[in-house]
Formats: sequence, structure tokens, C-alpha cells
Amino acid sequence: MTQRKPHQSFSGLLSSLFARRRRYDDLAVSIEEHIAEKVEELVDDGMPRAQAEQAARRAFGNVTLLQERSREQWQWPRIESILADLRLIFRRLRKAPGFATTVLLTLAIGLGANTVVFSVINRVLLRPLPYPDSSRLVSLWLNAPGAGGLANFSSGLQLSPSMYFTFLRHNHTLQSLGIWSPGDASITGVAQPEEVHGIGVSDGVLQSLQVPPVAGRWFTRADQDPRGAKTVILSYGYWQRRFGGDRSVIGRVLQVDSEPRTIVGVMPRNFRIADSPFEILLPLALDPINEKLAGFGFNGIARLRPGVSIAQADADIARLIPVWMDSWTNGPGTNPHYYTVWRIAPSFHSLKQQVIGNVGSVLWIVMATVGLVLLIACANIANLLLVRADSRQQELSIRAALGAGRARIARELLLESVVLGLLGGLLSLAVAWGGLRLLVAFGPADLPRISEISLDPRSLAFTFLLAALSGLLFGAIPAWRYARSRLSLILGSSARTASASRAHHRSRNILVIAQTAMALVLLIGALLMIRTFAALRNVDPGFSDPAHIQTFGVWIPEQLIPNPLLVARTQSNIANQFAAIPGVQAVGFAAAVPMDNDDPDWDEIQVEGKIYPANEPPLRLYNYVSPGFFHAMGTRFVAGRDFTWSDLYGVHPYVIVSEGFARDAWGSAAAAIDKRIRKYSHSPWQQVIGVVEDVHVHGVDEVAPPIVYWPAMYYDRFASPPVLDGLRAVTFAVRSSQAGSAAFIGRLQQALWSVNGNLPLDQVRTMQDLYDQSMGRTSFTLVMLAIAGFMALALSIIGIYGVMAYTVSQRSREIGIRLALGAPRSALRWIFVRSALVLTGIGGLIGLAAAALLTESMRTLLFGITPLDPVTWATVPVVLAAAAVLASYLPARRAAAVDPAEVLRAE
Amino acid sequence: MDRKPAPRDLFPGALEMMILQSLRLKPMHGYALVKHIQQASDDLLRIEEGSLYPALQRMLREGWLSSEEGVSAKGRPTRIYRLTKTGLRRLEQERSSFEQMTAGITRVLAAART
Repeated sequence: MTQRKPHQSFSGLLSSLFARRRRYDDLAVSIEEHIAEKVEELVDDGMPRAQAEQAARRAFGNVTLLQERSREQWQWPRIESILADLRLIFRRLRKAPGFATTVLLTLAIGLGANTVVFSVINRVLLRPLPYPDSSRLVSLWLNAPGAGGLANFSSGLQLSPSMYFTFLRHNHTLQSLGIWSPGDASITGVAQPEEVHGIGVSDGVLQSLQVPPVAGRWFTRADQDPRGAKTVILSYGYWQRRFGGDRSVIGRVLQVDSEPRTIVGVMPRNFRIADSPFEILLPLALDPINEKLAGFGFNGIARLRPGVSIAQADADIARLIPVWMDSWTNGPGTNPHYYTVWRIAPSFHSLKQQVIGNVGSVLWIVMATVGLVLLIACANIANLLLVRADSRQQELSIRAALGAGRARIARELLLESVVLGLLGGLLSLAVAWGGLRLLVAFGPADLPRISEISLDPRSLAFTFLLAALSGLLFGAIPAWRYARSRLSLILGSSARTASASRAHHRSRNILVIAQTAMALVLLIGALLMIRTFAALRNVDPGFSDPAHIQTFGVWIPEQLIPNPLLVARTQSNIANQFAAIPGVQAVGFAAAVPMDNDDPDWDEIQVEGKIYPANEPPLRLYNYVSPGFFHAMGTRFVAGRDFTWSDLYGVHPYVIVSEGFARDAWGSAAAAIDKRIRKYSHSPWQQVIGVVEDVHVHGVDEVAPPIVYWPAMYYDRFASPPVLDGLRAVTFAVRSSQAGSAAFIGRLQQALWSVNGNLPLDQVRTMQDLYDQSMGRTSFTLVMLAIAGFMALALSIIGIYGVMAYTVSQRSREIGIRLALGAPRSALRWIFVRSALVLTGIGGLIGLAAAALLTESMRTLLFGITPLDPVTWATVPVVLAAAAVLASYLPARRAAAVDPAEVLRAE
Repeated sequence: MDRKPAPRDLFPGALEMMILQSLRLKPMHGYALVKHIQQASDDLLRIEEGSLYPALQRMLREGWLSSEEGVSAKGRPTRIYRLTKTGLRRLEQERSSFEQMTAGITRVLAAART
């Protein structure tokens, strides 16, 4: 015999199980023999055999119990008795498929929703960015409160290349830094010209991110030489798609924007610059000789030196802003210290914060929402369990009478609910898997890091933890009740004594109150989002019928058509070709279309006759538009007229302004016509020929900024007088009822190729797409809250109905007596409806108080209403009360339909 | 369950010590153990079967005893319990600590009498 030790391995476990089996046999043999000898002894003493056997067995007491206790010496008694309980629980669940299915489905959906949202939060908010030591990565964010007036400044001032050079040379806190800017590029020299997402990066961007290439190398300083060899790096996806993952691609030549570039590297799968996907990376190849102070169009990224805080880096760079102004200029005659009034100050963010943006608040609200739905579902399940425990009262009483400890029974009840919870958790994984796929497919396009979302170990751990907690939560109520109630009470009570279930009713009522309170919070949240959505839909975006406006970019690289005049001619040819397509109502193009997240340009604007403080006129947003663009967009002219092609070719000093600009400068749109504005003190004056309605270019939830519309073929930035110069990158707007169809896009492509076969269509979208995208966050929150609110309402109705139906069945005898004594049926119905209304009322009041606190966190998501929107706060309680009446009326009617004679006879 | 008033409890470890001592004399089966302890104590001690078998199992697990197939005095198959070396060591430890304890208790009781 060897000494027994805790089992250390599986084979140890197996052999010990066999040994244990033998032990049990040994024990049984020993005891049997012992009894036999004892019987013989008693018989020898003169006792009759039958009596002797009885006496011997009595002396042993409960042989089974004795054996059990002896066996326990070999077991982990707690675990084994739990296993026995588990067997029992599974058997019972199989016998109640309806109950099990209801509970498991409720849980699967409730937990699944939580897992989905947690997976998103985990990936988006909690996990570090996929770069080595990513906590040291910062986004070089600059604030410029003095620049004012421009919406894009509310999201910070981007860097100019001159800033990059200054910071690079003089900083003491950054290990590496670089600037980058996304831009599309066309790949030619292959079967079909192709427009791809490119990102231009300076030296230091890849060096900061520290992700090694899968093939080849990073860009080096030599690649950034504007006169050096032209190179390109591919993304993993593009490498696979275009070259089938061929490693010999390194060293091959790709025609990028009609320029041959050598492929030097391939970045790994899912590598992004911050959150921007790309197909190719190009060196920015900046030349300090050409750089000026301005050109604030680049994102900055840096890796802090070890041990350096963001505040230290801020202080370091703040010191360099004056150095930057001293070292660079915007050209002769300009004041390099002009930017002092902008009060530029670094406010670096961790790169993660930059990538996540403000989506965090939305996600936490959605998480809280699905959490509440789960709580409501748990309340319903707890109610079901209470009913089930009631129906098992007999069994439990008998077991208690036979000596089962109260703790033991409570443990079993709790175990049952935890098992239900975990099974629900298992099922919820299927729900979560489907939900995540839906979310990735239909979620808001601007949800950062969406490509990283998946079910990972942390999400799984979360699911099962939540499942076990839910099980404990909804099991605690019946378990606690039964552990607490006295044995005599359980045994003594039957369906006949109504008073015994008073305590049960209290638990149920509390559950219903909690449910209605949570449902009210969710419904208020959902209705607030619906009201916000409606308010946004009511905003006139400044264009009409967006589903019928097809937009796409066309870019004419310098290598393809060097002469700017020819570029302009080509663009007007293209517009004519599009206009000739059957079904096209209007065609125009511009530097940017509304809501495409691109501000084409901005600068100061002086209005003739106005005196500005410190002689610094405010900054205004620019756009460059072709004749017909406003017509194609459906943007109304408030006064004056559109540009004509002869205006453009004649380089007439004409300009169009937005209504807001006109009102600001001259008091009204009509007063603006023939007034004059200019950019700088030495630029020529431009005459206002038209005023168009305000356009919400940054989304309907943002104010429509004042905009100055220059002719599309006009360029005077630093040259005076202006010369004719085409914009090389324009976005076309084509109005047609066929917009969005593949056939129509095909015809547009053909029309484009009939002008120049090397030009691809890029970023093909309808204005409706852009409009929806700008509402993406609102509609996502709306859909999530609406689903949650609807589920909460449905669950509450079921909860109220369940409690009322149970009460009716418990009180059928009382109802029978009342009816027999002549109570009108309507009064009986009212009893039940009233008690439901009382519960809902209490729950509603608690809910209103909670909602008043919680909806405050939604303030930033709302538009046009406050969190205390009176319509919402008046509607939701009415809806909830109606739901309560509905849910209680059916059982109440059943109560009133009771036949007194039958009920009393049955008793 | 035994409804008779429970006999005075043995102190913890007493039953085990007596089992170990009995088996030291010779290997025995369960019934013989009960009989032996009863006789050796001149009927002062009766071992309850309800405590004997769990105790035997516990001691088997600790490795103080071993069990083997055998037959009883009446020729029925049973299991014979035998003291192991560990069991012997255990018995000696128990005995010496028990003797110290009784000596101590006796002295205290003697002191109280005077």
C-alpha cells in the first residue's frame, strides 16, 4: 500500500480511480463480514436470527451513510458531491425543456450582446496599439486657439513640413519623429489604371512605429532625398493581391502616378499608420529649400525617449515654436511672426488616444445599455426560478425533513443557476460570433481599429465570468429565500395558505420594479437618440436628393499632363463627356464635396472697407468649384449667379460666397452681390457674383461654416495677378437617377477613358453614402439603443405578465370567493391591473431618477435636444404604463373569467 | 442512526491509537478489532462500527495500515488490516505524547485533591 497523495497527473488520477474502486469493494466486504459475525455472536447469545440481524444492522447504523463517510476518506468530498448535484441538475433540466430553452435563449442573447460590445471595447479601447512598446508613441497634436473660425481647428492644427524640420533638429525629448499624409495614387503601366490608397511618410514614421517589414526594408534617409532614387513600399494586402505574395517583387519597378518607383519593402499584414490603411507607402521626399512656414497638412507621429512624459515633450516643443518662426518664412514681405496670434501650443496625445478619438463615450454607453438589458433578463430568469422553486417546494421540504442541510439545498439551487448561466454563456458565444460579423459589416465605418475586432481569450473570459455572475445573481434570490425560510413554514404551507407566499410576492414585486426602472432608463436613452436622429434629418445639409448624386475623384498627375492649361481643358472635356451620358441631369466638379472629411484650403479673407483688429482678417474655408457644381449638388443660389466657363477661361476676378459669409460681411445675401474681397493686402480684389445657401460640409451635426468658393481653374496663392491653373485633384458630382448603379459607374468610366485612357475613377460614392457616413455614429448609437430599449420593454412586459399570471393562479380561490360574494368582474380586473400599475409606477419613478443622472453622459451624442428633452420624458412613462396595462390585462381577464363554483369545488 | 445516548466521547486520536496498538500485536479484521479492544479494556470500551470504518479508511489513506484479502476466524472472506512501518512510528509518537498528557493530567488532578 502506498501513501495517498493529491493526484498530480492524469494517469495518477486514473490509477487512483481504479484503486478507489477496489477500496470500496474492500470496505463492503469488511462490513458485510463484520455484520455476519455480529449476527452469529448474537444468535450464540440466544437471540432469534431475524432479530439478531436487525440488531446487528442497527448497531452499525446507516450502512450506506457509513460507507459513504468511509469512502469520503478517499474522495475530494466537496467536488464529488457537486458532481452528483450536477448530474441531478442536468437530469432536471432535460425534464423541463421549455424552462431550460427560455432561460438559455434569454441568456444567450443577453450575454452575447455583452460579449460583442465587450470585444469591441476590448479591442478598440483597452488593448494597446499593435506596435512594439506602443505606450511611447505620441501624436504630435498642436492647438491653435487664436486661429479660430475654422472647424477643422477644433480637432487641432496639423504640422507643416517646416515644423517637422525644426522639431527634428532641436528637440531633446523624442527618440524619433516623422510626418505623414494620406493621398491617393494611381498605378499605371498595367492592364487597367488603378487608384490606390497611398500614404506619404517622412523619415522617422516607420522608425517610430518600429514594425519590421515582412520583406525588404524600411525607407532610409536616402529614399527621402528629393533628387535621389524613387522608391515605394507595399502593404501586405496589395502585395498579395497584385503580386500573389511573390518575394522577388523587391527591386521591381512600379509606375506610381506615371513615375517609375522601385519596390523596396513590404509591410506585414494589418500594419497601419495610426489607423489609416494603405496600399502603398511613398517617401514624402521633402526639400527644405521649398518649404515655408505654412503648409499645415501633415500628421505628426513620434516615439518618446525612454522615461520622457508627454508633458515634458510638450514643454520641449513649445520652446521650439518661436525657433520655427525665426527660421522660416512665407516669402518676401510676409511677417514670419504672424502666427503668434494663433497661439500655437503643442498638446501631444498618446497615439492610442488619437486613434480612438471620441468613440469611447459611445462604446461605454452601449456597454452600459447591453449590461442593463442583461440585468433585466436576469430579473426575468430569477422570476422563473422562483416559480420553479415554488413548484419544487414539496421535494425540497422532504429533502430538508430527511436531513439535507439548508446550506446544501441553497447550494444546489445556486449551482443550478450557475450551470444555467454557464450554459447560456456557451450558447452566447455563437450569438456573439454572429453579432461581431454583423457589427464589422454594418457598424459605423469610422469605428477605429474595427479590423482588429475578434473574439479573443479576454472576451471569452469576460463572457464566462459574466455568465457565472449572472447565474449567481439570478440564482441568489431563490437560494437565499429557501435557505432563510423555516422548515415548518415550507412543510406547513401549501397552495391553500395564501399568506405563506407573501414573501415570495415581495421578491417578485421587487424584481418587477427593478425591471421597469431599468427599462425606463433604456427607453429614454433610445428615444433621445431617435429625437436626435430626427433633428439631424431635419437639418438642410445644403444639397438635395443625395442618393442621386454620384461623386468620385479624378486626379491628373503632372507626369501625365504637365501643362496646367491642358489639365483645365481636359477636365472640362471630361465634364462634357459625362453630361452627354443619357440620364445625367447635371455635372460639376470641385476640390472637395461636402462631408468627405477634406477641407481643400483655408486662409484669410479681407472684405473691402472693413477694418480688422491688429489688421488680421479672420480665416475662412475655401473650396474651388466648376460651373454647374452647385446645380449638380442641388445647392440653391440665394442671390446672383453661377460661374460660367467663359468666366473661368477669361480668368475673371469673380468669386461666390456662402450665405453665412455674406450675412457676416454685409448683413444679407442680396447686399453681397458686386461687393469685393481679397486674400492678402497685395492680392487683387475679387467681385462677388453669387451667394449660395450654407452647406454643412463637416456633417449635419456641425455648424455650416462660412465658405468662399473660388473658380476651379484659378490659382493665386503666392502669385499675383492670378493665372489660369487647373486643380489636379478634383471630385466630380454627377446628378442622375441611376447614381450608385454599377452600370452607371461603368458608363462614367468609359466616358472618362474616352478622354484619357490612363485616368481611373477614385473613391466612387454617392452623396447619400457620405451623408449616412457623417451620421454613422448617431445611427449606430440609435440602432443599439433602440434594440436594447425594445428588448427591455419586451422583457418587462413578459416580467409583469409572468408575475400577474402567477398571482392570479395563486389567488384563484380568493377570486372565486369574491365572485361568489358578488364582486363585479370589472372590479376584479382592476385589482390586478392596478397592482401592475403600482409596481410600474414605483419602478418608473426610480427609473426617472436614474435616467436623469445617466442620460447626462449622452449629452455629447445629442443634437438639437438636451438630455432632459420634455417630449422624451413625457412619452416614455406613458409607453411604459400602457405596456403595464397590456401585460396585466390578460391575466386580469383570466381572473375575472374564473367560475367560482369550479374553483371552490376544486379546493 | 443510533438513538441510544452516546457513550462518552474518546479524545481525538484515541481510537486510532488503540487500533494501531491492537494491530501491532497481530493483523486483524474489523470485527476482531472491535472484540479485541472490548476484551482488552475489560468491557470498558466499546468501539462503534460507525466510527471504526471511517477511521480505518483514514488510516489506510495515511499509510499507517495496509489491508489484504483474508478470511475471518469463521472462514468468511474479509480484509485483514496490518500495521505498516509508518504506522508503527506513528504509534510510538502518539504513545509518548499520550503518556506525557496523562502524566500531566494526573498531576493536575492530584494537586487539586490536596
